[in-house]
Amino acid sequence: MTAAEIRAAVIEILKTISPDSDFSELDDERPFREQVELDSMDFLDIVLQLRKLYRIHIPEEDYPALQSMASTVAYLEPKMRDLQKV
Amino acid sequence: MYDAIVIGAGLSGLAAGIRLATYDQRVCVLERHTTIGGLNSFYRLGGRNYDVGLHAVTNYARPGNRSGPLGKLLRQLRLRWEEFDLSPQVGSRVAFPGVSLEFNNDPELLLSQVHEHFPQQTDRLRRLMREVVDYDELEGLTATASARQTVAQIITDPLLREMLFCPIMFYGNPREHDMEFGQFSILFRSIFLEGLARPAAGIRLILKALVRRFKAAGGELRLRSGVARIVVEANRAVRVVLENGEELAGRWILSSAGWLETLRLCDDCSRVEPPRPGQLSFVESISVLHCQPRELGCDRTVVFYNDQPHFHWERPAELVDLRSGVICSPNNFLYAQPPAEGMLRITHLANYDRWAALSPSEYRLAKLRWYDRSAAAAVRFVPEFRHAVVAVDMFTPTTIRRYTGHENGAVYGAPEKRRDGRTHLENLFLCGTDQGLVGIIGAILSGITVANRYCLRP
Ligand SMILES: Cc1cc2nc3c(=O)[nH]c(=O)nc-3n(C[C@H](O)[C@H](O)[C@H](O)COP(=O)(O)OP(=O)(O)OC[C@H]3O[C@@H](n4cnc5c(N)ncnc54)[C@H](O)[C@@H]3O)c2cc1C
Repeated sequence: MTAAEIRAAVIEILKTISPDSDFSELDDERPFREQVELDSMDFLDIVLQLRKLYRIHIPEEDYPALQSMASTVAYLEPKMRDLQKV
Repeated sequence: MYDAIVIGAGLSGLAAGIRLATYDQRVCVLERHTTIGGLNSFYRLGGRNYDVGLHAVTNYARPGNRSGPLGKLLRQLRLRWEEFDLSPQVGSRVAFPGVSLEFNNDPELLLSQVHEHFPQQTDRLRRLMREVVDYDELEGLTATASARQTVAQIITDPLLREMLFCPIMFYGNPREHDMEFGQFSILFRSIFLEGLARPAAGIRLILKALVRRFKAAGGELRLRSGVARIVVEANRAVRVVLENGEELAGRWILSSAGWLETLRLCDDCSRVEPPRPGQLSFVESISVLHCQPRELGCDRTVVFYNDQPHFHWERPAELVDLRSGVICSPNNFLYAQPPAEGMLRITHLANYDRWAALSPSEYRLAKLRWYDRSAAAAVRFVPEFRHAVVAVDMFTPTTIRRYTGHENGAVYGAPEKRRDGRTHLENLFLCGTDQGLVGIIGAILSGITVANRYCLRP
């Protein structure tokens, strides 16, 4: 998957977790928390969805990498590069 | 082999089941009864629909509000706000001798009422409201200080204190006399700051939404499947044995049956110091009226009454304690489509042992007698409604015991909670009432939290 595809996949996950939020204006460089209301339970869900959909395991110590869209995509890229888009 | 076995299809067990099934675990929810819901269930009698426990859903939030407990749990369960279809309350009252406080889902009403009746205490109540919110977020359930002492430092008028404690204790205090300030904060916020609401169709709507979600996610629900035994090998619960002898194995076992009740199922229960069971149970009567309650002047959603200055939260010596009570009308919510028939539910503290000691004929007689006494006690605080009653049902502590398995019919379980949900076995966890979050919203959040922490965290 390309970086753009990974970004789109993360947006899909955010939409599943929080169906009535609007992610179209998301600023990739700023932390998610400042832009949409996501709490620790929601972050766990991002991790669980990545595992469910793409079999990617993210250890707890790596959670800080999921702060913003840019850092999330950067973190996921090496792990998802060889995956096919689903 | 299941990933997880959940004991009990009450609100907490179903919520835990949804979380696990959503993330592809093989999960089976086992329920002893022929129906789901546990403490908060529903039934049909004489052609009418009744709810067992529902007065009101606490923690009301408008659609789109995402930060409170209701928004959180809907997100976690992937339910839409409309699936709970909550209509907010009309308005409620705490009625003590000579003084009443009105409140609704806007805390400003309570503040203005306190300003009117206890002018010196208004700023103090504001301060309590702030502390409650801070506590809830920072320390939450770990705040074990005495609520009576903590609140007394802020609210200096003893009557106002009693009036605040009355609804809070009725809606979730498992312990006699006092409670932990953490538990107080959670309940204060859920009742006075967020507020009360109800689905027009009652609890069945919420339960059906949960079961639908659970099954859609691939979960398995088995009714008439009481767990008779939990087989223990070397600090692990290896499988459960059902009442019919069938055996099921799971990597994790989550139990909503209560801590003492779960411990008793374990092979090795004699190794563990048993917790003290709860002492507080209820009688509740349901009166069906031939008109809407408000046509009789019964226009409040809930009236919490106490007929003396001091509020006694304890197991009564008699079968029922009529000094205090909760009078609730499911009609008095702001529904788009109001229910056709009027109803009043009246709840009082009751003594389990006294009810359990009655013979079947004495029991039937006691129900009739205490229905009359309860209604007579209630009409001191709400307008006369007894001439409008067309049908009646009543349940007692023994009913609660029979339908939920909770020792002593203790509505809010044991006085000592196991906040982290852990037990003496490494893969057996508690959710629901005895983990410490009570009420409809509390039980659902408890199931979610325990499932997340022990079975889903990578
Ligand atoms: C009269 C009354 C009024 C109430 N009113 C309100 C209200 O207005 N608002 C509110 O928010 N809350 C209210 N509550 C409280 C609320 O109902 C409970 O806090 C909540 O339902 C608890 O859910 P739970 O899942 O923790 O436990 P439970 O509902 O007790 O669920 C436990 C389940 O486990 C099953 N079980 C037990 N042992 C076994 C076994 N060995 N094998 C298989 N299954 C087993 C039981 O049958 C039960 O279904 C009320 C309760 C009562 C009794």
